[in-house]
Amino acid sequence: MSSPDPHAAKPDADGGGRVVLDASGIQRATTRIAHEILERNPGAEDMCLVAIVRGGQPVAELIAAQLAELAGRAVPLGALDITLYRDDVVARGVRPMPRPTRMPFSVEGKRVVLVDDVMFTGRTVRAAMDAVLDFGRPGAIQVAVLVDRGHRELPIKVDFVGKNIPTSRAERVVLRARPDGELEVAVV
Amino acid sequence: MKHLLGIEGMTRAEIERVLETSEAMLEISQREIKRVPTLRGRTVINVFLESSTRTRVSFEIAAKRLSADAINVTRAGSSLSKAETLADMARNLAAMSADVLVVRDSVAGVPHMLAERVSVPVVNAGDGCHEHPTQALLDAFTLRQSLGSLEGRVISIVGDISHSRVARSDIHCFTKLGAEVRVAGPPTMMPAGIEVLGVKPCFSLEQALAGADVIVMLRIQQERLDGALFPSVREYSRTFGLTQRTLALAKPEAIVLHPGPINRGVEIASDVADAEPSRILEQVTNGVAVRMAVLYLLTGGQT
Amino acid sequence: MTRTRIQGARILDPLSGRDEIGVLDVVDDRIESVGRESAAVPDEVIEASGLWLAPGFVDLHAHLREPGQEYKEDIETGTRAAAAGGYTTVCCMANTDPVNDTPAVTEYIQRRARESGAVRVRVIAAATQGLRGEIMSEMAGLAGAGAVAFSDDGSVIMNAAVMRRVLEYARGIGRPVIAHCEDLNLRGSGVVHEGAHATCCGLPGSPAEAETSMVARDHELARLTGAHLHVAHVSAVRSVELIREAKAAGVRVTAEVTPHHLALTDETVRTFDTNFKMAPPLRSARDREALREGLADGTIDCVATDHAPHALYEKDVEFTAAPFGVVGFETALSIALELVREERMTPLELVDRLATRPARLLGIPGGTLEPGAPADLVLVEPERIWKVESTRLTSRSKNSSFLGRELRGRALRTWVGGRLVFELGEESAR
Repeated sequence: MSSPDPHAAKPDADGGGRVVLDASGIQRATTRIAHEILERNPGAEDMCLVAIVRGGQPVAELIAAQLAELAGRAVPLGALDITLYRDDVVARGVRPMPRPTRMPFSVEGKRVVLVDDVMFTGRTVRAAMDAVLDFGRPGAIQVAVLVDRGHRELPIKVDFVGKNIPTSRAERVVLRARPDGELEVAVV
Repeated sequence: MKHLLGIEGMTRAEIERVLETSEAMLEISQREIKRVPTLRGRTVINVFLESSTRTRVSFEIAAKRLSADAINVTRAGSSLSKAETLADMARNLAAMSADVLVVRDSVAGVPHMLAERVSVPVVNAGDGCHEHPTQALLDAFTLRQSLGSLEGRVISIVGDISHSRVARSDIHCFTKLGAEVRVAGPPTMMPAGIEVLGVKPCFSLEQALAGADVIVMLRIQQERLDGALFPSVREYSRTFGLTQRTLALAKPEAIVLHPGPINRGVEIASDVADAEPSRILEQVTNGVAVRMAVLYLLTGGQT
Repeated sequence: MTRTRIQGARILDPLSGRDEIGVLDVVDDRIESVGRESAAVPDEVIEASGLWLAPGFVDLHAHLREPGQEYKEDIETGTRAAAAGGYTTVCCMANTDPVNDTPAVTEYIQRRARESGAVRVRVIAAATQGLRGEIMSEMAGLAGAGAVAFSDDGSVIMNAAVMRRVLEYARGIGRPVIAHCEDLNLRGSGVVHEGAHATCCGLPGSPAEAETSMVARDHELARLTGAHLHVAHVSAVRSVELIREAKAAGVRVTAEVTPHHLALTDETVRTFDTNFKMAPPLRSARDREALREGLADGTIDCVATDHAPHALYEKDVEFTAAPFGVVGFETALSIALELVREERMTPLELVDRLATRPARLLGIPGGTLEPGAPADLVLVEPERIWKVESTRLTSRSKNSSFLGRELRGRALRTWVGGRLVFELGEESAR
């Protein structure tokens, strides 16, 4: 998504909007994604997960946990902040704060699976691809998202999706933490 | 924050914002491809009316790591042979369609006066004896790396305080971040009314360094040691030079900063400059990160 | 014979002590009667109730820049600006180009003043040749050509022996020496007052002692020689104290203060605006207070503008590179009136400092409303509010410390020898 902050999983007391994926739905979705990733990348060989900060991080952690169980090995997990790669020129307003990026492994020749919470216009993933390519030359880049809400503006495809949710442009789709700590995806 | 003209006009929150942004910028400088496309298509003009290689290069690198174009404008002739009015200078710079102006001059107030006459953000890269805000910010950033918070820390700045823009900016920055700041130097180099900035003037190294967490050594200009303000280099280094012996006056874990370039053997002994307490090289690395942060934050278009 | 009657004004004449609402008749170029209404029928009557009528102001210290620097100001534009400020006599300093150290230049200035001057111009000639502070100028010749005083203002007589001889010689000629008291060595590269504000700005400062040490020195020399020493543009509290002591001890010393020193302090340099750069510099609030007190109690004898025009392109540069000085004719009255509003001085005392004492200490006509005196007059509206804008200033140069400020008090009309040389236009009636 083009602005990281609104999609970060954060406690949202009021809630609001309609919940399209509750905690157990998220669990099932990430489990299925993990299976699909393993099918495409047998044995999780030469593979790594790169979460797009911040929305992709909780999703990537769930997937990583599943992969570790299924593949019997830990899959390297990185966090990539794309604030400085955004393509939207900030005409007015405060510059967003870049968050830490942690890529404690080489992407050279690896299969990189980018993970985000919501796929919308595709610009966030495109920025993430630019960033990953600045870290080296991966063997392949695949994209996993928890929710695909449509309205693509760039030719970016999703390899692994948890749920497809049709939305109108004006709506927002957020991954958030409930007061009890459980994650949910809502359309507001 | 439209311009960065001095630390004096900054709030603590604004300082913290720059320091936090610098963290991300530092990480970029540690990658193999030290570049992000954030300021692609933007132009940074370095207006260095007082010559300086180090600071100018640092700003150039910062601009290029953000994918901006960096252009250098200097002025031939001595600093006092000004034929061009500030209004003319501003007009000429505007015609070059800069997105940011980085300005250094040997006279105080020039970045401020230009900022009143141009419509783009202005960064003060050092104006006379007045301020050098990016130096103070990178100093604070470097200290936080080693010390965490500066709250309650004792920081001693030693040298020709009256002619030091680094001292003034450091004083503003460190006091706003909660440190206790002392300034030390010979009386001839201590400016009138310095206490008004919230610092304690000391006239001996012993007084200044006792219990200090941080020692900032300022560069002594040779010209000033030709008898007018101080009798000789030898006497200065004997009374105010930082050596292993005088370093021991401070806390055991004290760290040492120096804005550079260092005069080995004058204000700082070689074996101190190269020893563990010194963060002089980190300052240089952090300098690029802090300047990247400043360029990033000022080009956001915020008012 | 033309008779003009000004009636209903508050007539202020320090010399006679007159402070009353009344009538004043001008016949041709002289004041004919003051106070009681003459029986003769006037040709013109000016209704002036609510206004003050005073002798036209006398400025002891101004730079008219002619000959040589007419791009900044010349005698015509400078005197028109003076008239707009209520001045009817202006004394111009010698740091022109060429320096006024010969009778030829003195005569040139006086001729140009007769041709183009709106008000009376008196010449202050150089005390030393070329203002170099080494060899005395030909004071007798200069006095003969019309010089009313001698001064090296624009420069400083650093050598005490030279200053001693200058004072001695000038005493013999019967003219005062106007001293710009500033030790250039102590000043060094200082461009502002040495203090907390200079420290914060990183601008080099000049301590008050650069002035006070010279004031003390010149007092000693004045005492030694018995000459009349006039201290120019006093700026420091200690200088005021020294002058008070010297006067009490019988030394022939007089002193002046500029309007900008009465109004402003060194806090203004934080803006780096070069219209706050002058020599001596603006000093601390404590100094300003002492100057206001000193003018009120008469230790400082008069207000003198030190009107120092500079072209915009000369001032719009880095602070240290800009020339020292600001214009002052048109704003002097408004600033000086503040002391009356603060009840430190009466209107009569104010007029004394602006007109009467300056004329008396130079020994020139002016500063009086007695019958028979030249009709040099100013009509003042003390509460008139006006905004100082560069487009509205009459002087050729616009380097004023008060640009953009709203001031109170203005000269409405100024007469020199009965001739109206200034009238406030209607477009300024805001």
